[in-house]
Amino acid sequence: MNDMTVPREEREAKLEGMGCKRKRVEDVRFTQGKGNYVDDIKLKDMVFGDFVRSPYPHARVKSIDTSAAEALPGVLAVLTAETLKTVNLAWMPTLAGDVQMVLADGKVLFQNQEVAFVIAEDRYIAADAVDLVEVEYEELPVLVDPFKAMEPDAPVLREDLEGKTEGAHGARKHHNHIFEWTVGDSEATDLAFSKAEVTVKELFSYHRCHPCPLETCACVASMDKIKGELTLWGTFQAPHVVRTVASLLSTIPEHKIRVISPDIGGGFGNKVGVYPGYVCSIVGSIVLGRPVKWVEDRIENLSATAFARDYHMTTELAATAEGKITGLRCHVLADHGGFDACADPSKWPAGFFNIITGSYDIPTAHVAVDGVYTNKAPGGVAYRCSFRVTEAVYAMERAIDVLARKLNMDPAELRLKNFIRPEQFPYPSALGWEYDSGDYETAMRKAMETVDYAGLRAEQAEKRAAFERGETRELMGIGVSFFTEIVGAGPTRNCDILGIGMFDSCEIRIHPTGAAIARMGTISQGQGHQTTYAQILATELGIPADMIDIEEGDTDTAPYGLGTYGSRSTPVAGAATAMAARKIKAKAQMIAAHMLEVHEDDLEWDVDGFRVKGLPEKTASMKEICWAAYNNVPPNMEPGLEAVSYYDPPNMTYPFGAYICVMDIDVDTGAHKVRRFYALDDCGTRINPMIIEGQVHGGLTEGYAIAMGQEIAYDDMGNVTTASLMDFFLPTAVETPFWETDWTVTPSPHHPIGAKGVGESPNVGSVPCFSNAVNDAFAHLGVTHIQMPHDNWRIWRECKRLGLTG
Amino acid sequence: MIPGSFDYHRPKTVDEAVALLGQYGEEARAIAGGHSLIPMMKLRLAAPEHLIDLGKIEALRGISRDGDTIVIGATTTQAELIASPVIASNLPILIETAMLIADPQIRYVGTVGGNVANGDPGNDMPALMQCLGADYVLKGASGERSVAARDFYEAAYFTALEDGELLTSIRIPLPPAGCGWAYEKLKRKVGDYATAAAAVMLKLHGGACSFASIALTNVGDTPLLAAEAAEALVGSSLDKSAIDAAVAAAEAITNPASDGRGPAEYRTRMAGVMLRRAIARAKNRAA
Ligand SMILES: Cc1cc2nc3c(=O)[nH]c(=O)nc-3n(C[C@H](O)[C@H](O)[C@H](O)COP(=O)(O)OP(=O)(O)OC[C@H]3O[C@@H](n4cnc5c(N)ncnc54)[C@H](O)[C@@H]3O)c2cc1C
Repeated sequence: MNDMTVPREEREAKLEGMGCKRKRVEDVRFTQGKGNYVDDIKLKDMVFGDFVRSPYPHARVKSIDTSAAEALPGVLAVLTAETLKTVNLAWMPTLAGDVQMVLADGKVLFQNQEVAFVIAEDRYIAADAVDLVEVEYEELPVLVDPFKAMEPDAPVLREDLEGKTEGAHGARKHHNHIFEWTVGDSEATDLAFSKAEVTVKELFSYHRCHPCPLETCACVASMDKIKGELTLWGTFQAPHVVRTVASLLSTIPEHKIRVISPDIGGGFGNKVGVYPGYVCSIVGSIVLGRPVKWVEDRIENLSATAFARDYHMTTELAATAEGKITGLRCHVLADHGGFDACADPSKWPAGFFNIITGSYDIPTAHVAVDGVYTNKAPGGVAYRCSFRVTEAVYAMERAIDVLARKLNMDPAELRLKNFIRPEQFPYPSALGWEYDSGDYETAMRKAMETVDYAGLRAEQAEKRAAFERGETRELMGIGVSFFTEIVGAGPTRNCDILGIGMFDSCEIRIHPTGAAIARMGTISQGQGHQTTYAQILATELGIPADMIDIEEGDTDTAPYGLGTYGSRSTPVAGAATAMAARKIKAKAQMIAAHMLEVHEDDLEWDVDGFRVKGLPEKTASMKEICWAAYNNVPPNMEPGLEAVSYYDPPNMTYPFGAYICVMDIDVDTGAHKVRRFYALDDCGTRINPMIIEGQVHGGLTEGYAIAMGQEIAYDDMGNVTTASLMDFFLPTAVETPFWETDWTVTPSPHHPIGAKGVGESPNVGSVPCFSNAVNDAFAHLGVTHIQMPHDNWRIWRECKRLGLTG
Repeated sequence: MIPGSFDYHRPKTVDEAVALLGQYGEEARAIAGGHSLIPMMKLRLAAPEHLIDLGKIEALRGISRDGDTIVIGATTTQAELIASPVIASNLPILIETAMLIADPQIRYVGTVGGNVANGDPGNDMPALMQCLGADYVLKGASGERSVAARDFYEAAYFTALEDGELLTSIRIPLPPAGCGWAYEKLKRKVGDYATAAAAVMLKLHGGACSFASIALTNVGDTPLLAAEAAEALVGSSLDKSAIDAAVAAAEAITNPASDGRGPAEYRTRMAGVMLRRAIARAKNRAA
């Protein structure tokens, strides 16, 4: 027994546990083109589905003639709402408590809505047949602008809801109204405003955008009619939830359904919901008895699957003349499109928007959110943000800048003045959250020092003077943002999806040789779970990460979990991993005591095994203990070394960060150059710094795209004008700024390993930072707010309005 | 995003290709790099029944000098253009422009002939060819003819190319010695077509502009030769008032669409800004 004579550092290094920049094990297959995505799945007798979609955003469907399509050789079936009605599936429930058409039932509510589903022997025949389906439409008046949705004579979009004055989240005020959600103390807030020395008010529109994952949505449904078993492969961010929903909708018993998420090429929230393509593929496979594959193309993905944002936030701050914020009020008009298919925990129709008080000690606040229907695609997912957090952070971080202008104070100074102080944690926010931990001032000051904030402001003043003198045509903007995220949904007492609590799970089996497998309820879409979970286990169990396999995404083998979105994997499943490991470690300790013939209390843990206290040469390494677990356990103990944990988090986690952006704007073209972008993230305990950095780079790039041009735009007639990558802004490496990353570490006190989640922080924090930089460039000219996206022509329009250019 | 079905032909000679184009008439389309045609086929905006692939016709490829004319074979790729010493020493503006087209992957496949024959106002080469006074050599069943780039473009996707005709080469006269040159393009990202772009060739003689040629990309439904703008420069010292006049004349002939790149007014102004910047750079380069 001398495994543990090697020096501690060497044994630690060998584990590649927490804190190690371990290379991603996934990348071996991804970089060689050996990933296994849904479209790689090929089954015997598999056929292909494709959609007929509506060219109109709002129209009555007068008739559908499928005969020519059905007559095309190789076409097997054409499904319409009429066919789906025979199995009661023309409509389906949404995650938000609404219902949604699977295929157009009498009318269409957005352009590219699914009207019929053609199934054919191959993709080419299916695409040809789509052109042969004859649909007769009668156009109806179109509602594009959410601000017109609740006008008295606005067109009626949802005839199915006629006369319903109650929705899933309370009263409906108008035929296009979905819900009103309020939180906070409105009287106290009104009082704070009436007594305030200074107030500001501004409408911040966070435009409609789209997660646009590299891989579009897809599935393969295979019904084995003999066994009565359905296997469903798909791009699902929550495979277990899909299984439960599929069972409830299809009445196939849940144990007869197997859902598999193979490798997923990015999700960012887009792959949380249930789409018509899945339902139609399942029905098709049941009808035909053959596997049906459906893979979206890019235009379908951008125009018909879940969008994000489209929040119009009238935000007010009240403050003292010295800049102490005394109240916040916000009214949101939320454009949900034709159906409310928002992907939020069921009781939260506006997600966690009430995180809007942000990183500041604001004594009172009130928020009201009105959701409305328009003739646009449904959705409302968290595009790399935890449930409407990015919208809330955008409103707060813009509003505090506007307040700083009014007070004639530096925006960074105003933030420092209002931060929640370290000793105030756990901090109860005015809108009902309990922040776990934070040290905001340290983070902010570190950011300011690193970029030489004072120096930048001096440079800006010089540059403005040079502009006045006609020596340059560029304006310099400095953007500051400080965000607090709320992630890790969530405690089952207030977080559920369709009634299932938002716990997560881990099941570990240790093999006799000390190798292990852990199965999880989450599913990676690029986050590197296989790498990081193994690192948590390595540190917790003293088993090298390379000896631990992580498996996710197969509901037949993985324990039930709620999936991966909202930065919940590390806060929830990562905690389950540590908790399951600790159960194993407790048993391992008993086995070690038996092996060493001492009492368990006489043992102490040392990296990868136990030592007898006071007799350090007497050891039992984990490797030895694992072997003993299968042949030498204490009397009355069951052999084996396994554990399961279903972790119900006691609270959310609250990562935070300080971002600073320096931008130069060419007033003659409206084009911008991001000269510098510094991002400091505090996500608590850092499991794999390299993966964190990668996540931050990706999120910053998305945030940059959103702020500076990425949008799902509709023209006045309701046509979506940005449905391909020629028009939807995805930055390439050339446009992407250089990212400087940094960190502080403030562990979460309630999380077993102190980790908080980081996947979404950079998207959440960077959008206001870029936007603040743009606004800051014009602040000396009296500008308070310019709406996003800040693409060239919109910035130029502002320059022109200000008389800076011709 | 799945094209309709088509037959595929791969001739080895120009005559074979012309024969196939003649045989199938308007049902046939030549395909060179395919980087404009295939996207349109995937969107089913184009549905040719016969694709005539030009890729195996050696005679269509290559760059040479014929006296005072540079000859570029139709299927010469943008990448070949960029790497060509003949082009570098005689027509560097072609390289500057090609470098602003799409990205390296597309430039390895996309051809100069396809770019000019396509007829999309977003393509960058057509305005440049107008600026340079290039001629296109077209071959059909009834023989060969030459059409000036300045006469070739009729409307978006409508050109002087007749059904059954093939573009075989582009002939560019050498610009006057000592010409300054610049191609300025404003775009949203790599791989985007121009919000507006301007090509400028100009020559200085004793401090005055003795020759100027200007054309604009993607601010009308064809490339635009800005003859009046060029005239405004000739004879001037390229002083502010001459440049202002040129810019005003150029803006006056634009008629851009409003799209995601911006409203028409913006794109017109950007044509002016690009022109102003191109003139400044061309002036610096003029001997
Ligand atoms: C993402 C992306 C970005 C792009 N960005 C730009 C850009 O910024 N600027 C730009 O200019 N272009 C851009 N392009 C287009 C690219 O340059 C194309 O390669 C070019 O427009 C067409 O050349 P091709 O060889 O690919 O032609 P093809 O696509 O094969 O053909 C285009 C058309 O020309 C016809 N044709 C081709 N060759 C001949 C011939 N010899 N005789 C008669 N007819 C012929 C074809 O029948 C077809 O109608 C972009 C393309 C993509 C995919």
